Amino acid sequence: MKNYNIMELMICVAARELGNGRTAGIGSGAPCAAAMLAQKTLAPHLVIMFESGGIDPLIPEMPVSVGDSRTFHKAVRAGTMFEVMQACSRGMVDYAILGGAQIDLYGNINSTMLGSDYRKPAVRLPGSGGSNDFASLCWRTIIMSVQEKSRFVPTLDFITAPGWLDGGDSRAASGLPADCGPYRVITDMAVMDFEQESKRMRVISINPGCTFDDVQNNCGFELLKARKVFTTKPPTVMELRILREEIDPERTIIGR
Amino acid sequence: MIADSTAQTLGPLFMNPDPDEARAYFRSKSRMKANKLMSLKEAVEKFVHDGDYLAMGGFGTNRTPVAACQEIVRQGRKNMGFAGHTSTHDFQILATGEVFDRVDIASIIGLETRGMSPCARAYMESGRVRICEWTNFSLAARLKAAAMGIPFLPTRNMLGTDTLRQSGAKVVTCPFTGKRLVLQPALYPDVSVIHVHEADIYGNCRIRGITISDDDLAGASRKLIITTERLIPTEEIRSDPALTSIPYYLVDAVCEVPYGAYPTGMPGEYYSDEAHLKEWLTAQGDPAAFASFLKRIIHDCPDHAAYIELAGGIGRIKELRARELMLHKEGIREEL
Repeated sequence: MKNYNIMELMICVAARELGNGRTAGIGSGAPCAAAMLAQKTLAPHLVIMFESGGIDPLIPEMPVSVGDSRTFHKAVRAGTMFEVMQACSRGMVDYAILGGAQIDLYGNINSTMLGSDYRKPAVRLPGSGGSNDFASLCWRTIIMSVQEKSRFVPTLDFITAPGWLDGGDSRAASGLPADCGPYRVITDMAVMDFEQESKRMRVISINPGCTFDDVQNNCGFELLKARKVFTTKPPTVMELRILREEIDPERTIIGR
Repeated sequence: MIADSTAQTLGPLFMNPDPDEARAYFRSKSRMKANKLMSLKEAVEKFVHDGDYLAMGGFGTNRTPVAACQEIVRQGRKNMGFAGHTSTHDFQILATGEVFDRVDIASIIGLETRGMSPCARAYMESGRVRICEWTNFSLAARLKAAAMGIPFLPTRNMLGTDTLRQSGAKVVTCPFTGKRLVLQPALYPDVSVIHVHEADIYGNCRIRGITISDDDLAGASRKLIITTERLIPTEEIRSDPALTSIPYYLVDAVCEVPYGAYPTGMPGEYYSDEAHLKEWLTAQGDPAAFASFLKRIIHDCPDHAAYIELAGGIGRIKELRARELMLHKEGIREEL
């Protein structure tokens, strides 16, 4: 029996991707939990930046909102949105962690609307917020999502934030800054990267208890498979303890 | 997909980015250090008009000018434009009054980790609101361009996406580097409201913590209403001018509204009232219940002070202050 749930697993896996001494553009919810966990485990000097202006806070407890006072608690600076975004644009922000209602095989993200007619959406969603900005300008975008066919779709209803666009060199050709883009996709079933030439999503690691077929059956497009596929390391006792006791004791995120 | 520099965007520009039109307005804006104190009711009557383009300070559920949003709804403003710059509870309040009919969108409807607002979503799906897509950076850049008095700022976001296609931005080739740039047109709101910690009677303001885009919003807005937690003497402002976030000459009205951001959070003062925000969400499950909820907390309230009383008064504020200051971590007030 697993002693962790899928949210805990995704947060732990995402936390391990964040390098020590690096900078990360972070939103509320699971990405924030992952960044906080990274700081308490492998990356104590990870610098968290919130788009609302908080730079390198010592987050005392999980923020409810991307701009609440926890996002600049004991920070090195309580600044502005423009300065955080210009740091991304200048190339000083390493990671962004994003989610979305739909994700395609090139890591493009939709968080704007569902339906075939933009003017008459079946479902209106919030829109980009800072998602497009982070995905356009941060070096490595990490996408977190539950693995479902309805989310992993062949064609997005709306491209809110850029992944590798049409694959190949289409991202660079669009004029977006060079050498940055989607880096990992972390789901409850697997970890994916993007194949270097085609920029198609590729399974590199499968979570304990899942098979490649499980992942493929819960994905609306054909996944590539790395030559060697690893088994994802499950959350450690220490990671779970920190996550449950120090980061999210009220289970607002991990209890979802 | 946009593939070349002849990229066409489809979104409407609701406001003219012409800097000379703006300069002509700002030329006539008073620089007098006059006493601008008035009630919020008076400020909304005087400066917020049907058809105007409106922007709100703060971000998410932080330092949101809630008192002003509720007053605008109470006074029944209609046909306004609105800047949805990660607009959450403010958007939801204004949507209940169907105050706006056109929106520049960076992020709307969402209530961050709390879910989405059904009433805001229903209004946006009704087909009665004209929309234009942007991003948080784009709206921040548009306000900065306006504050600078230039027609646009170039950025490198949005390229290759439908966000760009449904925006009103333009794509050009950089004359220095040959790179593709997105031009974010200046946005000069007709009127904005910013909630601050402290202000003097002339409108010199102090904001504690992140300023988000409010420094540029103050400069970009033709008319600016300040709601403040408290008034302070000008002498206090002059004692440490580095603390002034917004100088008086940008400001048209100063309204002292304690707890003016409630139920959103005010850094150092009070945390967001999660129970009350949840009540907003649950009430939306039943149209009749929601109508009577709105009647009680907005339409039948003469002002924000009456709303605070309804919501639990000073007792509730004390709890939210303890939460903001994390006194629960010091082992007191366990019930928090």
